Amino acid sequence: MSNEQKHTGDTGHGDNHHPPDHPAHLAHHFETPEQQFESGKLGMWVFLATEVLMFGGLFCAYAIYRGNHQDVFLYGYGALDKMWGATNTVVLLASSLTMAWGVRAAQKGQQKLLLTMLFLTFMGGVGFMCIKGVEYKAKWDHNLFPGTMNAFYYEAGQPKYPEKLEHAIEFIDGRNSGGNSGGEVQGGGGHGLLDADVPYDESPAIEHDAQQVGHDGAGHIVSASPVILTASFGAPADMSTIKPPASPADMGVNDAVIDHAGVLTTPSAEHTQVLWRDLSSAEQKKVHLFFGIYFMMTGLHGLHVLIGMILIAWLFWKAKKGAFNKDYFAPVDIGGLYWHLVDLIWIFLFPLLYLIH
Amino acid sequence: MLAILAQAEKTFFLPPGRSTVAASHDGLYQFVLWMSVIWLILIAGVMIYFVIKYRRKSPHDKPVGPTHSTAIELGWTLPPLILVMIIFVWGFRGFMDMNQAPNGATRNQVIVAASKWNWSFTYAGGQNDGTLHVPVNTPISLVLTSSDVIHSFYVPDFRVKKDVVPGRYNKTWFQATEVGEYNLFCAEYCGQQHSTMVTKVVVQSQEDYDAYIRKLDEIIMTMPPVELGKRAYKVYGCKQCHSLDGIAGTGPSWKDVFGKTQTFADGSSRKVDENYVRDSILNPGKDLVAGYDNVMPTFQGQIKEQEITGVIELLKSISANYDGPILDKAPAAPGDEAGADAGDTSGGGNDETGETQLQE
Amino acid sequence: MSVIQDQVKVSGYGGQQGPGETNYINHSKGIMSWLLTLDHKRIGLMYMIAVLTAFLGGGLCAIALRTMLYMRSAPDVAPITTGTQDVYNQLFTLHGAILVFMFIIPAVPAILGNMILPLMLGAKDVAFPRLNLLSWYCYMAGATFFLFVLLSGGLDTGWTFYTPYSTSTSTSVAAATMGAFILGFSSILTGLNFIATIHMLRPAGMGWFRMPLFLWALYATSIIQVLATPVLAITLMLLAAERILHVGIFDPALGGDPVLFQHFFWFYSHPAVYIMILPGMGIISELMATFCRRQVFGYSFIAFSSIAIALLGFLVWGHHMYTSGQSAMTNAIFSLITFSVAIPSAIKIFNWLATMYKGSISLATPMLYALAFIWLFTIGGLTGVFLGALSLDIMAHDTYFVVAHFHYVMVGSMLTSFIGGMYYWWPKMFGKMYNETVAKVAWFLIFFGFNLTFFIQFIAGSQGMPRRYADYLPEFAIYHQISTLGSYVLAIGLFLVLYNWIQSLVSGPKAPQNPWGGNTLEWHTSSPPPHENFIEDPHVTEPYEMRAWDYDESIDGYVYDKAKAIELDKQSQH
Repeated sequence: MSNEQKHTGDTGHGDNHHPPDHPAHLAHHFETPEQQFESGKLGMWVFLATEVLMFGGLFCAYAIYRGNHQDVFLYGYGALDKMWGATNTVVLLASSLTMAWGVRAAQKGQQKLLLTMLFLTFMGGVGFMCIKGVEYKAKWDHNLFPGTMNAFYYEAGQPKYPEKLEHAIEFIDGRNSGGNSGGEVQGGGGHGLLDADVPYDESPAIEHDAQQVGHDGAGHIVSASPVILTASFGAPADMSTIKPPASPADMGVNDAVIDHAGVLTTPSAEHTQVLWRDLSSAEQKKVHLFFGIYFMMTGLHGLHVLIGMILIAWLFWKAKKGAFNKDYFAPVDIGGLYWHLVDLIWIFLFPLLYLIH
Repeated sequence: MLAILAQAEKTFFLPPGRSTVAASHDGLYQFVLWMSVIWLILIAGVMIYFVIKYRRKSPHDKPVGPTHSTAIELGWTLPPLILVMIIFVWGFRGFMDMNQAPNGATRNQVIVAASKWNWSFTYAGGQNDGTLHVPVNTPISLVLTSSDVIHSFYVPDFRVKKDVVPGRYNKTWFQATEVGEYNLFCAEYCGQQHSTMVTKVVVQSQEDYDAYIRKLDEIIMTMPPVELGKRAYKVYGCKQCHSLDGIAGTGPSWKDVFGKTQTFADGSSRKVDENYVRDSILNPGKDLVAGYDNVMPTFQGQIKEQEITGVIELLKSISANYDGPILDKAPAAPGDEAGADAGDTSGGGNDETGETQLQE
Repeated sequence: MSVIQDQVKVSGYGGQQGPGETNYINHSKGIMSWLLTLDHKRIGLMYMIAVLTAFLGGGLCAIALRTMLYMRSAPDVAPITTGTQDVYNQLFTLHGAILVFMFIIPAVPAILGNMILPLMLGAKDVAFPRLNLLSWYCYMAGATFFLFVLLSGGLDTGWTFYTPYSTSTSTSVAAATMGAFILGFSSILTGLNFIATIHMLRPAGMGWFRMPLFLWALYATSIIQVLATPVLAITLMLLAAERILHVGIFDPALGGDPVLFQHFFWFYSHPAVYIMILPGMGIISELMATFCRRQVFGYSFIAFSSIAIALLGFLVWGHHMYTSGQSAMTNAIFSLITFSVAIPSAIKIFNWLATMYKGSISLATPMLYALAFIWLFTIGGLTGVFLGALSLDIMAHDTYFVVAHFHYVMVGSMLTSFIGGMYYWWPKMFGKMYNETVAKVAWFLIFFGFNLTFFIQFIAGSQGMPRRYADYLPEFAIYHQISTLGSYVLAIGLFLVLYNWIQSLVSGPKAPQNPWGGNTLEWHTSSPPPHENFIEDPHVTEPYEMRAWDYDESIDGYVYDKAKAIELDKQSQH
């Protein structure tokens, strides 16, 4: 973006004050091409800093939710396809390489090579977006949309789309357990846990309250009025759910479920994977959040890839007209910086979303 | 002179303190206030003195003055630094007192449930009211919970404030030192009727407080169901969304609804009977009347069986679609006295709990 | 507007510019020459018109809501209706959102910064003129969104957009967040431009420590704009996603955390407070030097205190959330860092006072605003000490005490410095002088009206009056009555300033090149400056060495003596 102003021959203010000794691409308010080039670069670096902070906000949200709802993330990420993610990483890295190569070609004035490299970089972007499209399609096929359309969406403590939910659980559990989990077991486990009247909903609330509320006189309160505590705290069932992940109440419930589950199934994968029944009922209601964060992060990144592609297409068009030479290649250099940032962000997104257990 | 000013200023700036933490808070307030006054006079005084002393005599003036002195710079950095550190420590210690309830406070725990735009207080014995009654000189622990948006529990006279955040339980405490009635505000903007989310804290002697709790217990047993229903209508904040006169609000009006056949959002329909009313209170999202949003919180565990019965009888009493009998006698009130007594309580309770009269 | 000034000829730069030469205003004609201009001065002027219009809108909201509050004070007033409450809630929201996002944040950087920064620096333009124009269009686009909000059901969340209220209300939250998002972009582009300009376009001789303090302040401001605004952007995007898709990150009903929104929001909005006040402090440094006609005291301390405030400002956001239920340790840390910001602010005040010492103080209108600034900022800062103290903030949080505090800082201080700066550079921008008497009367009304309006609110807040209340208990009536009366006085003062400026444009006497005797580089060119800023490269010396400018009665302005300047410069090098 910040390199826009220096590409054209028309100078700054578009008037007749252009000093005669200025090269055509040098805007009137700069003394030398170097000053202009350095300004453009500095501007792009500052802009990249804003981009990093913008994504920083998202990474921060990711970190907080991951910290608070470990199992939700471990569960949800099963829906993502590591192979496609890795492929996309390779595609982007390759396009970064071609971009860097293109910058070098521009610096050396190798017109043909520059065009080739810009074209390849652009195609890298196209490839990335196509693969992203395939991935999104896979999510959509299983109703894993962001927000209210998500199969895991709960409304007033009840699954909003019970059938789609069954299907999505089958899909993710199948992947998480290495692809050979029995449908029967799924059905059994899923049904029981889906039922909103299962006592798990209430027991954590009471215990949790006891812990939160009465650090000194807890026994008294809880024994006096468990009903009330559950009542006002459990009101919308979700209310009991924001709490430190390691709270004893939570753990207790999880253990119980795992024991219970252990009877039902034999572990099918070598290392323990999180299945739907391993999640506490409170966590089950939050799985849709994982997809919200996934789509926000990859969506915003995808938007940046698109902007980068537009930028590269424009560079290609300029290069084709012969705008760049040994003395003037700033836009290619600066556009390259932007493309590298887009690449860099994906380098963080990929392990955070696809790989970390 | 200063002493008189300090005295007058005590209530000029702050309301009289009526809790145990007020003294420490007010002490710091006075300190910062007088420190500020001294700084302000100093700065403004120097400024005005310079303006007069060094006023421009002629436009040809070309004055020369000192331009830097690291010693002076460091020198005048020091006093404010020391002052703010004192204030920081003082404020932090005061805050810890406000934050950390003394042992035994949980024995008098009150659950504060905030919702748009209503306060509801549940005492340790399960009794429920719309004003907060507390015994004097007793630490009270509060557990704050919201069923919709963020509210904030604020009693200026006690110097206590804590946000009421949905999805988590915030806690605070206070120990009132004087019998009386004090304002309780919602301090965090919570929408349309934010400014009416005001009620009272009633500080009573232990005997009066015990009597009050007993009366709350009796109300349920002795009040005629329709009256009990009216009381619940106010205490639980039903009135914020459901009218009694047929005008639809955030929720359907209660007038003429009993006995009517309601059509639901999913197209099904059902006649409003006792079971439907009960379901709607305990599980409001289940059969959502067409045209309304699913915004009502559940009252499961909060509302008592007798009160549900009361609400049902209230609905019957204002419905043209129902012509059966209405329970309007107190269930356990064979004697006239008990009934009369309960009636008084309810009357008083309603006035206090229900509407917040801002302009009387 | 007038063409050129005869008196320029007799200035030290005389002879470069004769009658008939053009300036930036009449350099080219036609509406398109403005809408497509890349000239930072014209962009500054376009910003001025847009931002002042927003100020008028936000200010009228303030008058309306103060009037509503006054009407609630009648003893026999009827119970408040929900309709009245809705109107009030929308008014205070629009008042806050318009004035914060569309007036206070852009006012000094986008108007005076755009206009003056390249001139002061001795540059021909900002580094990226096209981006500069784009930022103006972003501003207009954001403003359009807010207009849309006005016409489509309004907004009642408060300018803070706290969740989950903002995700559940039926008003136009999504459009408003889009508007604020785009306005944020405009702010980022301005900051980015200023950073690159200050780094890259300083002419020979203009070292970092020869930069006027206004530029240091703008530089510090730009750092905040560039680093904090993107966090607001992502926060607002998440909020919009929450509204449209119900993603649930901030909504407890969906498993999210509403307090996280507050962290995100204040991570931007607290530094944004310094976006509002730092440029104002820069202006005050300029006014102090020029109207005391001497070097500022403690140049480097003032310069670095700006940077210190900018950096510390990033670490204190949690002090907006003492009552939210965050841990006591978190509160303590934020409180400690908050107090540390008090120190650089105090340093500035002391240095300004020391600059007055042994000066030659002129009480021209801009200087009156500078003096008012010191009074108002001292009160604003000292009451900030109350709010920084944990126990006192518990009591004062979300009451009128906070309202009064931030109005003293963000309106009292920032507005007086802005108006002071406008008066100071008015002759430079338009080549016209204004009526000094009217200006001083207006100053008095603003100063008096402001204190009347807001000082009483400290007392109301201490007594426990919560903010954002459409109605109040009878015991608070007297405070509201006084405050409303004060706001009328303040409004009259502001309208008088507007009249003063318009009258100056229509029939003000021609301004000399340098009416005040300042030595920063904008005074080294004609008033108004030519299209290319400087005909001849300006002579860069110490920014506040004013002794080379001699007063000339015949033009009621100052004339440059270059030989003397060179001599003084030599002396200072030794």
